[in-house]
Amino acid sequence: MTVELLTKPSRVPQWLRILWANKKSRVGVVLLSVFVLTAVFAPVLAPYDPESTDFAAALPASGDHWLGTTQQGQDVFSQLIHGARTSLLVGLVAGVFSTIIALLIGMTAGYLRGWVDEFLSGLTNLALVIPVLPLMITLAAYAPVRGVWLIIFVISVTGWAYGAKIKRAQIITLRTRDYVTAAKLAGDGPMRIVFREIMPNMTSLVVVGFMGAATAAIGAEAGLEFLGLGDPTTISWGTMLYWADNGGALLTGQWPWLIAPGLALTMLVTAMTLINFGVDALSNPALREE
Amino acid sequence: MRYFLRRTAFFVITLWAAVTLNFVIPRLQPGDPAEAIVGQLTGQGPVDPDQIRAVRLMLGVPDTSLLSQYWDYLGSLVRGDFGISYTYFPYPVTHMISEALPWTLVLVGVTQVLGFLIGTVLGAFAAWRRNSRFDSFVTLGSQFVGSLPFFWIALLLLYLLAFLAGWFPDSGGHAVDVTPSWSWAFAGDAIYHGILPALSILVTAPAGWIIGMRNNMVQSLGEDYTRLARAKGLSVRRVALAYGARVAILPNVTGFALALGGILGGTVLVETIFDYPGLGRLLMEAVGARDYPLMQALFLFITIGVLLANLLADFLLGVLDPRVRKEAA
Repeated sequence: MTVELLTKPSRVPQWLRILWANKKSRVGVVLLSVFVLTAVFAPVLAPYDPESTDFAAALPASGDHWLGTTQQGQDVFSQLIHGARTSLLVGLVAGVFSTIIALLIGMTAGYLRGWVDEFLSGLTNLALVIPVLPLMITLAAYAPVRGVWLIIFVISVTGWAYGAKIKRAQIITLRTRDYVTAAKLAGDGPMRIVFREIMPNMTSLVVVGFMGAATAAIGAEAGLEFLGLGDPTTISWGTMLYWADNGGALLTGQWPWLIAPGLALTMLVTAMTLINFGVDALSNPALREE
Repeated sequence: MRYFLRRTAFFVITLWAAVTLNFVIPRLQPGDPAEAIVGQLTGQGPVDPDQIRAVRLMLGVPDTSLLSQYWDYLGSLVRGDFGISYTYFPYPVTHMISEALPWTLVLVGVTQVLGFLIGTVLGAFAAWRRNSRFDSFVTLGSQFVGSLPFFWIALLLLYLLAFLAGWFPDSGGHAVDVTPSWSWAFAGDAIYHGILPALSILVTAPAGWIIGMRNNMVQSLGEDYTRLARAKGLSVRRVALAYGARVAILPNVTGFALALGGILGGTVLVETIFDYPGLGRLLMEAVGARDYPLMQALFLFITIGVLLANLLADFLLGVLDPRVRKEAA
């Protein structure tokens, strides 16, 4: 209990310090910042309007169009810059939503145990074994409207299970600690105990879970849009790949149109994975770099 | 025995849930689902009356209660009646699925087993030579490769090896002039067409096994029984394989079946990119043509396949690992 109180005020700076001390996660933080800045300042950074079709179609890369133009005469580089917005938005929102679902289900199951746990764990295991992408495709195919928000919804309701399982396992080890018993004796309700007493001790686990969910969401969004299940008029890396593949970018030799969105996607996902190395070190001191 | 009963019960419950989910999804839309679907179809151009009939057949008579629709739905599943595909009219949905199933089964089976073997061996080596250059290379490399988008690798391979180099065919499961048959000529041709799709999956497939195996084995090598084995003077080989790897591989057996769902999702993308005649491409075709009966049946088939694989893996784990049986009893 005293240890908890003592470490609490310095938690945030320490959190950042450990993240920065780890070489891998430092690279990740820098890389992710570049993406975030690109997304925020996309209208300033992009040389052209990404939706403008004023240019000649299927131009090769040149000084005017760094990555060439699409089959409809849009500037690929401008689309690439604006695409960062969609990926980060989906990653952030779907990551937050599935983390919330995972927290609610995992924490409730792990804290209450008994038949509630049996039921919620069964639900989690069920969601874990059902193949996610076919489920996503089926859900998206029936939806009357298509777009980024549908994709965010589909990813959130299908992607929480793994996080819930991990959080349940963690809370089971924490629920019998002394400070929990103390809080119970002090008359705190279960909601308060779970979310105010126990959850702060699982911060890194929640952050890792969020990063994992966000990374998976970014990949899933690109995959679904590549399959044409999003709104094809949205500017995103997934739709860019969709149009590049359908527009015959391979046949016309417009390789930058095909390579660039995938490379951007890979770099973003790598940045998140690298940061997770550092977050892992947060929860497991054995992994910290000297 | 208790363990096996519990796993079987879980399988039955998940099976029921998947079947019910499949019933619920099309009915989530407000109003009469069949009407909504037909409305969507007419919005896209002229509708074949066969399509409307197929949708009606799939969803049951709209005026009856949901409960009797559910009962009819369960009944038709038991009879193996999944409806009629209207893009491939008059073929029943099951016919289309049985045509596509072997392709996916072979593609997923081969890549999954190969990926598991490669990953487990590499992971075991990395753990044995912990903190060596090989270890950091393999661990970092698989973290990176494992996070690569599946379909982008497929697109790259398609571009580099099929279009630029021309080493492999760019689409299809077999050449147009080779008809499927039990012959060496066909088998060779099918393998030749399957190499690129398989390679796309194999690039990322071992990554998870490497990390899982390495972390498990680092742990098992630190256990007391391994230390005792070393102290007894057992050969290095014996300690690594019989004491380190043997225990470390067990969690990967459960992972093997769980990963199957992810791999099947990946094949949807890979099969679409390479125009490979498996279940994934069929699913996307069904989605594109709004062939709902085919889509529904495919989702159900893929899910049941994954559930069965999980049941088998659970049984296998129960046979291999006595601790699991004890725990449940």
